[in-house]
Amino acid sequence: MALHTTRPDVPALLRDAGLAGFVAALLAFPLLGFELNASAQGITLNYRLLWIVYAAAIVFAGRLGISLALFYLAPQIASLIPKSGGLFARLSPHATRYSVGVIMIVLALALPWAGADRNLVDKATLILIYIMLGWGLNIVVGLAGLLDLGYVAFYAVGAYSYAILSTTFGLSFWICLPLAGLLAGAFGIALGFPVLRLRGDYLAIVTLGFGEIIREIIINWQVVTGGPNGIGGIARPSFFGLEMLPVATEGHTTFSDFFNIPFSPDQRVIFLYYLILMLALATNFFTLRIRQLPIGRAWEALREDEIACRSLGLNPTMVKLSAFAIGATFAGFAGSFFAARQNFISPESFTFIESAIILAIVVLGGMGSQIGIVLAAILLVGLPEWFRDLAEFRMVAFGAAMVLIMIWRPQGLLSHREPTLRLGSGGSP
Amino acid sequence: MAYFLQQLINGITLGATYGLIAIGYTMVYGIIGMINFAHGDIYMIGAFISLVGFMLLAAFGITSVPLAFFLVLVFAMFFTGVYGWTVERIAYRPLRRAPRLAPLISAIGVSIVLQNFVQLSQGARVKPLQPMVHGSFQVYNDGAFQVTISYLQIMIIALTMALMVAFTLVIRYTSLGRAQRAAAQDMTMASLLGVNVDRTISITFVIGAMLAAVAGLMVTLYYGVIDFYIGFIVGIKAFTAAVLGGIGSLPGAMLGGMLIGLIEAFWSGYFSIEYKDVAAFSILVFVLIFRPTGLLGRPEIEKV
Repeated sequence: MALHTTRPDVPALLRDAGLAGFVAALLAFPLLGFELNASAQGITLNYRLLWIVYAAAIVFAGRLGISLALFYLAPQIASLIPKSGGLFARLSPHATRYSVGVIMIVLALALPWAGADRNLVDKATLILIYIMLGWGLNIVVGLAGLLDLGYVAFYAVGAYSYAILSTTFGLSFWICLPLAGLLAGAFGIALGFPVLRLRGDYLAIVTLGFGEIIREIIINWQVVTGGPNGIGGIARPSFFGLEMLPVATEGHTTFSDFFNIPFSPDQRVIFLYYLILMLALATNFFTLRIRQLPIGRAWEALREDEIACRSLGLNPTMVKLSAFAIGATFAGFAGSFFAARQNFISPESFTFIESAIILAIVVLGGMGSQIGIVLAAILLVGLPEWFRDLAEFRMVAFGAAMVLIMIWRPQGLLSHREPTLRLGSGGSP
Repeated sequence: MAYFLQQLINGITLGATYGLIAIGYTMVYGIIGMINFAHGDIYMIGAFISLVGFMLLAAFGITSVPLAFFLVLVFAMFFTGVYGWTVERIAYRPLRRAPRLAPLISAIGVSIVLQNFVQLSQGARVKPLQPMVHGSFQVYNDGAFQVTISYLQIMIIALTMALMVAFTLVIRYTSLGRAQRAAAQDMTMASLLGVNVDRTISITFVIGAMLAAVAGLMVTLYYGVIDFYIGFIVGIKAFTAAVLGGIGSLPGAMLGGMLIGLIEAFWSGYFSIEYKDVAAFSILVFVLIFRPTGLLGRPEIEKV
């Protein structure tokens, strides 16, 4: 659009839109034009040829509309976007980001009291699980630069550790939480040790394979994991020994009795919300602090240049392994919280699509940006939750949004790979 | 012995389809260095288009099996190719200079879109197809067990081999193949020397989609049932095959596909059917640990 004239080249735009419409018709012909109708007798073909016309017309009009809009609005859009740093450049100074973080935490703390109903708090809890997973995976992907497509495996390990320990041995949530984290971390080391010397994409596919292996084991090892039926009746966490139940079990007191208030299910929802908020913030705090330690610095250095790191005497395998194990540990914590909240877990909660969503959150957020992950989690998990009724359309829109956001901002929403350590005092990011 | 032979035949048939899909992965990875995660779903689209093609031909009253097979092959390859082209044009081309992870996320998005699009437009139910190719040879009989190879299996293996040979010749001797190899080595330099890199990449995606469509067609005939979710696990296995054989290498893709098919067939034949995917992935892990470039891949030299 450098040579901006006042009149659009209408024939060229029409030709372009016509081509797009034609391709849409071709795409629509086999799959929208006919419907395979499966029944007990076999399969029949329904004709809906009109849909092809609709698809072509919509794409034609859409393409033409976008071209015209771009033509007339391009100068305005160009003036809106700052020269460098992108849309969120103003957020990059450290002080601003710090205050944004504090404001977000205060808002999150106030949410259950600011007139939010139970449903909203419940959804916020779900979003927070994904924020925590995003922050955990960020250690692996964002800081250490290891592409992990099977992160959900460690989430599953955490969830099943708590579920099995709780239902079989009756251990409480607070004992199981660290155990689940340790187990998930141990899995991370066991799985990571042989494969971490691999190059990025190979690592991605091997981790994806591990994710599937763990799921398949969960499905098939029925004696321990309950197979496809999952595990139910998982105990809820208690508040310093006080149970969040209407009636106390043997030898315990309920939360409502202790504080002498009437029982309400809202108490449990709000308690779970604060619990995951604390866990997520702990993850965040850990990440922020460990970036200042030698090991955190080593992760980022390794991400930037492995050969240079090796020359400086770092052992890449150990550095990567620590990132992998710590990321897995946080997934384990999140998993045991998930099991405690759901009360019931089954292999269906730990499919590849979960790994994809978590990775998408990290990448969309702009790898390494803690606040970006929060925004991306709200966008990717929160928004679709509100459109639950449109189940399949929702997933199409979700996938399309992933593509569009990547095209719009390939480096993520809040992108800037800022080194934690800077030589000298001057220089702006 | 007889049982072993039967598993071998089944494994090779299965491996042929994995190999065809793996070529799509390996070619794309060779040129633009990305994992085309949506490729498994392109294969699924190919299977659906084939099924629609068979139903259409039945509606037109074409009953000759060889003719129907040929027409559906062309039909499925063409329309799946259009899908491959569109996906590249919309989701990958704008990201050619983006950070390494962006195309992968975009590809995962495409995969989700394609799966749910087919689920929406064709329904979530499993789609069956009456067996069309009947009959089989008896290869060997030891009294207790008959080893058979069906005409369909022969057809699948023969078609795969023919495509492989044709394809290797294309890569080696035509100007398109030269352009592909040039773009794989250095995209900028190739474009400076007059190779239309964008078009070459588009054609690569179209060819990959067409081969996936052939695999989709054959699997539709072989198993007789498809649903919108088949692309995911087959896609992962085909990628495993591509890595196993050495990514970027065409014979490697075929070899990897065959190995994965054989491992799966023997594992389900001799051990348990439940853990067959675990077996395939474990082999992948072992190969990558001891020979990270795959069986036929060239070692990649890391540059500072």
